[in-house]
Amino acid sequence: MSYLELLKLASPEGVIVVTALVVLSVGLVAKRAAAACTFIAALGIVIAIVTVLSLPRNETMFGGMLVISPLTSLFKIICLALAFFTILLTSAEKAPRHPGEYLALVLLATVGLMLLVGSEELLMIFIGLELLGLSLYVLAGFDKTDVHSAEAGLKYFLFGSTSSAFTLFGISLIYGMTGVTSLAAISTKLATMSVEPLLAVGIIMTLLGFAFKIAAAPFHLWAPDAYQGAPVPSAAFIASGSKVASFFVLGKIVLVGFAPVHGSAGWHTMLAGWSPILAALAALSIVIGNLVALAQSNVRRLLAYSAVAHAGYTLIGFVAADRQGFSAALFYTTVYAITLIGAFGVVGVVRRETGSDNFSNFRGLSSRSPLLAGCMAIFMLSLAGIPPLAGFFGKFYLFSVALHAGANHALLWLVALGLVGSFVSLYYYLLVLKAIFVDPSSLALAEPKEHTVVVFWQESTVALLGAAVVLLGVMPNILASRILAAIP
Amino acid sequence: MMAWTIYLTFAGAVLALVLPRVFSRWIALLTTTAGLALGVVVFVGTPIADLAHFRTIVSVPWVPALGMNYHLALDGVSLTMILVTGISAVSTVLFSWDVEHRQNEFFFWLLLVIAGCYGVFLSADLFLLFVFYELVIVPKYFIIAIFGSTNKEYGAMKLTLYSFFGGMLVFVGILVAYVSGGSLDLNQLSQFQFSPQLQSWAFPVLFLGFAVLAGIWPLHTWAPTGHAAAPTAGSMLLAGIVMKLGSYAGLRVAMNLFPQGFQMWSKWIAVLAVIGIVYAAAVALRQRDLKFVIGYSSVSHMGFVLLGFATANALGVSGAVLQMFSHGIIAALLFAVAGRMIYRRTHTRDLNELSGMDLRHAMPFAAFTFVVAAAASMGIPGFSGFAAEITILIGAWKTYPIAVWIAGGGIVLVAAFTLRALNLSFFGEKGVQGQATNLNSEEFNPITISEKIGACILMLTTVSVGVYPKLLLDRIIPAVEAMRFLK
Amino acid sequence: MAGLVTSIILIPLLGALVVCVWPTATAGRLRHGRSVALIFNIISAGCALALWRNFDAGASGLQFVERHEWIPAINAEYLVGVDGLSLLLVLLTSLVIPFALLAQPVPDRSRAFYVTMLVMQSALYGTFTAQNFVLWFLFYEMSLIPGFLLIKIWGGENRDRAATKFFLYTFLGSVAMLLSFLGIYIAKGTFDFATLASLGKTGLLTGNVAWLAFAGIFVGLAVKVPLFPFHTWLPDAYQTAPTGVSMVLTGVLSKMGVYGFVRLLLPLFPNEIKIIGPWLLALVVCSIVFAPLAAWAQRDLKRMIAYLSINHLGYCMLGLFALAASPAVAATIDTQAALSGVFMQIFNHGITAAALFYFVGLLEQRRGMRGIDDFGGLMQRTPLLCGWMSVAMFSSLGLPGLNGFIGEFLIFRSSFAMAATFTAIGVIGLLVTAIVFMRVMRSLFSGPLAESCSAFPDLLRSEKLVVVPVTLLMFAIGIAPQFLFNIFNTTVVQMARLLG
Repeated sequence: MSYLELLKLASPEGVIVVTALVVLSVGLVAKRAAAACTFIAALGIVIAIVTVLSLPRNETMFGGMLVISPLTSLFKIICLALAFFTILLTSAEKAPRHPGEYLALVLLATVGLMLLVGSEELLMIFIGLELLGLSLYVLAGFDKTDVHSAEAGLKYFLFGSTSSAFTLFGISLIYGMTGVTSLAAISTKLATMSVEPLLAVGIIMTLLGFAFKIAAAPFHLWAPDAYQGAPVPSAAFIASGSKVASFFVLGKIVLVGFAPVHGSAGWHTMLAGWSPILAALAALSIVIGNLVALAQSNVRRLLAYSAVAHAGYTLIGFVAADRQGFSAALFYTTVYAITLIGAFGVVGVVRRETGSDNFSNFRGLSSRSPLLAGCMAIFMLSLAGIPPLAGFFGKFYLFSVALHAGANHALLWLVALGLVGSFVSLYYYLLVLKAIFVDPSSLALAEPKEHTVVVFWQESTVALLGAAVVLLGVMPNILASRILAAIP
Repeated sequence: MMAWTIYLTFAGAVLALVLPRVFSRWIALLTTTAGLALGVVVFVGTPIADLAHFRTIVSVPWVPALGMNYHLALDGVSLTMILVTGISAVSTVLFSWDVEHRQNEFFFWLLLVIAGCYGVFLSADLFLLFVFYELVIVPKYFIIAIFGSTNKEYGAMKLTLYSFFGGMLVFVGILVAYVSGGSLDLNQLSQFQFSPQLQSWAFPVLFLGFAVLAGIWPLHTWAPTGHAAAPTAGSMLLAGIVMKLGSYAGLRVAMNLFPQGFQMWSKWIAVLAVIGIVYAAAVALRQRDLKFVIGYSSVSHMGFVLLGFATANALGVSGAVLQMFSHGIIAALLFAVAGRMIYRRTHTRDLNELSGMDLRHAMPFAAFTFVVAAAASMGIPGFSGFAAEITILIGAWKTYPIAVWIAGGGIVLVAAFTLRALNLSFFGEKGVQGQATNLNSEEFNPITISEKIGACILMLTTVSVGVYPKLLLDRIIPAVEAMRFLK
Repeated sequence: MAGLVTSIILIPLLGALVVCVWPTATAGRLRHGRSVALIFNIISAGCALALWRNFDAGASGLQFVERHEWIPAINAEYLVGVDGLSLLLVLLTSLVIPFALLAQPVPDRSRAFYVTMLVMQSALYGTFTAQNFVLWFLFYEMSLIPGFLLIKIWGGENRDRAATKFFLYTFLGSVAMLLSFLGIYIAKGTFDFATLASLGKTGLLTGNVAWLAFAGIFVGLAVKVPLFPFHTWLPDAYQTAPTGVSMVLTGVLSKMGVYGFVRLLLPLFPNEIKIIGPWLLALVVCSIVFAPLAAWAQRDLKRMIAYLSINHLGYCMLGLFALAASPAVAATIDTQAALSGVFMQIFNHGITAAALFYFVGLLEQRRGMRGIDDFGGLMQRTPLLCGWMSVAMFSSLGLPGLNGFIGEFLIFRSSFAMAATFTAIGVIGLLVTAIVFMRVMRSLFSGPLAESCSAFPDLLRSEKLVVVPVTLLMFAIGIAPQFLFNIFNTTVVQMARLLG
């Protein structure tokens, strides 16, 4: 097998890398750096998507380091799309000081995403994680004029590195005990060998490392600051792309790699394995995420805590541990990602117009910009799980799969917890909408809205995302059937 | 053809939102009238035999992997509910003719609620039903929180959260039914034999979830607060139709899918229903705010619906369906008078203040309408409420004779508080209560033509059904007899 | 002659509609409103007379029966028909309502007034001709709201309380009745009066349920008559209502209760009545004795006549309970006499009491007040008025030659044979009534002419046109009652057989 073949199979990643380098250089050189870089970055992503579509259907290289299957291709496209939207959002923000660097970092993070998605081998996964992580740490702290950004970056970095250490340690333990790093091989090994304490530790540490990445409680403490402090596009990307890829990989690891040590998380039938651990994480995330979100007065922080809760819901899909569960979880996290980018888009606009993003800053949005207000309503309600939006179908899918999985409704406790969480969440999402639609505006906005091209792009992005959420809610089959069909 | 009621209303909602302000109320009127017309055409044109079973009208695969179909069906019970939705919708729009600000949003949310109601009444797929059921929740919040009056934010949030809470219980029940029964199709599931053990806990969860929306005691406290806070159109629609979503779904889903569970728990439903009838009536007697009186009367009347269900015989359940229709009209009429005719002009709903205004002379048409509405609410024969209540009571005699006597006491209490409200609001003496009223009767705007038309539509309906209930009962009873939970 | 009964019921409703849309003249006053209402009254009276003419006095059973499907699900039919009793009451209604409309000076908001009265009339016609319980109940309740409104809007002092009491008492009673009939329906599967009557002999229900149902229906009807101790709503209502309304209340509405007893309670629960007969008779005697005693203590003339109404209706109830409840096995002649007496009393009291209220109304119009002490020596100033009024009072007293005598005589005579002790005590009531009327006549008519009455006009022409025919009717019935007897004789025989 030649490097040319490898290059062909890794062409999407290659395209993005090249784009990143080009953007970096253009950013140093060009006068209207921001616009040029954005254009190039967007173009690069489009090309990458086309390249993904032209990949062969099924290929595996190097024992799982690079896997091409319908599922990975689909999710590579999804991650690229999320990056695309992030870049569009970036264009609307007040230009960062080094747009080239910023966009390059986003693109490099995207590469990390794609590597993660396309890998079924522990080392490659780790590389992808690190690439993603390092890029995101910098992106979080990118705004040097804002002390919150620095705080966000630092916190994210510290937590992130620690968790990377955990993950690496866990991976090495697993390698040590099993002698292989490819997920398929690990699964074969685990099926035959008994789980010794050290192996168990390895598995657990790996899981916990990922728990950090998906912001599951109690490893979520970085999330509020990161979401609130980082520049809006960074936070959007952290919330969306990083989440999707992390869940994807986590799913691959537990369902493919650790499949034999599944255990059981049923209420009366608890059995040691990774699923009770994930179930515990899910339960904690749902409870903590929803309860703390109730107390928030800043929209971004609220989104962060709600992210914790949604991570919990998604994990329920994994706990169910079958094809449908994986499909449900992936569907849910995709929909969630789309929703969050849209929500952050609106937050960005409000922040730019009113200076901050507390609840009070959102007042009167419905009269200033009905389109954005309507889209925010769609996003918030989708998160709350109100039909006919995508979030509702996602929750239904997740919960029905979970209930189906255990014999005699063993996972009912988890589903019930999820429902209680949803119920609580409606309250705080409605508070956001209340501020937007009901409360009288208390801010005097002197300058009228400028109808620049930038604003147009931003609004159309948000509108497009809103429409996507509604579409996926009314016709979820478009995505759900594809995901389900793609899972072997 | 019936499915077009849903599509038309959704289309109307979107149009009302995006077109210029002046058009929004006309679009709303057009849409709701079209919906009503469709309902009437189908009512008249469908032979009764066709309405005896839950017959499919649309079935399109939706998410085949999960067995979800876009499946709509119609029977006598559904048709009755569609009719009352149509009538109520038209009169609601007429009574909102003078909404002043943010009309686009108002009619958008209103039409969304109506569309959702049509959807619930026509759904034959569990997931689809739940989609429409939950879809109604958020527009309710906005209608009350933006356009309401006293305590609107609190009332709106309470109403929404209670509804959503009920929805969560329903969600559990639906999931369990789906997972155990392997299908989401209501017709299929109603043939499926769920294990009695499963039914013993799944039924109460599911039914309770639906019954929250129907205002079952003691989970009813959201109703008076929410309906009092809502704008007139909101109260008319919410008390009139949305509460019926809960009872309808309880009938169509909970009782039909889990008949043994229903039999196990029907006694408790009867107990709660009867308590609701009497308690709500007693509390209404002490209220100072006219809209609260009406809100509590809604809870009391819904108690009759639940009692009818609990009887588990064809007559009782049919009476309950008739009561759902009848109360939809009566509640709309009561709230229309209290909210639109009185409150808009006098800016007070306090009964003591109203009694000093001698409204009988100032607003004779409103007085007449309120007398008719009060008579209908009290269950005076000749109005639809009596026809429904007598059918329920006959059904109840067969199963729970004691409940009949307690309910009879409830009827007297209803008469008492309705009379009190009528006395204080319209038949007070000017200045008698010592309240300084600087509102002169000549200063009240006359009752507008749209208010008159709306009121006449409602009054005509309740009288027609009261005098000739056979019109509806002929279609309801066969459909009920086809349901499998009957003893 | 098909549909005659339904026409009688519907014509007043049609009239109400017409009055509703009749154009207003100056300042919102309705022009000729009363005339329009009266025209419809005359039309329905005409139909009633046609009914009478075509009524076959010799045939037993219902005539002019109309039967249509209504609510088959609960066996409720649209079933109307007349027998002797129903015809009698239809005629009474056709007589009293126009009388009342003529007696009532045109009130404020006359349009609403006439509409309400016409709706009330329709309800009354319906009550007296309906033969299926649900239909009967519909018309029975249909009279509630008009009654409430008539007292509430056009009444005098204390009208709020009086109207509310009237409504709630009657409503409570009717709910009890409804529930009882539902129980009967569950047991027997029919709401039809005739069927139930024939089933009643063998006992409709058993055990506690029977007593519960009996109590329900009894309370419902007792409130309407009214029977002691359910009568407390009546004095207030009759006192505060305007003249025309009081006339209708006492003339016809109270008859709904007695009619109910005859048609509903007595045939359906013969055994229960027999068992608690003595208690029922005791209640009746209380009505007969206490009411005039209370009347004696009244200052207000209207309130006085109200109490006397209770007394006179008590006679009806005495006759009914004596024949149904007495432990003694009654001779057929006595049962028939009792029933005849009750029916006569129903009719006659309707006319006489209405007349009495009318006269008090005339006095009140002239004086502005109606206390017994507000007048004096009227004989000197308004001899005609006093004369005709005395006729009415004597009739109410039961003087032979006037219509009141026939009914009272028959009732007392037959009741004495069947329930001697109670009847004997009841005679006290007669005595006290006489004392009350004497007192009134002395106070009002004789003695020196009071200052306040010195300017009273005697009977005006319009008033004479009303008074003379009515009084002549009283004499006619008193002297030649046969023409009334002929109406209900066959019915009496049939019912006596059923109840005896």
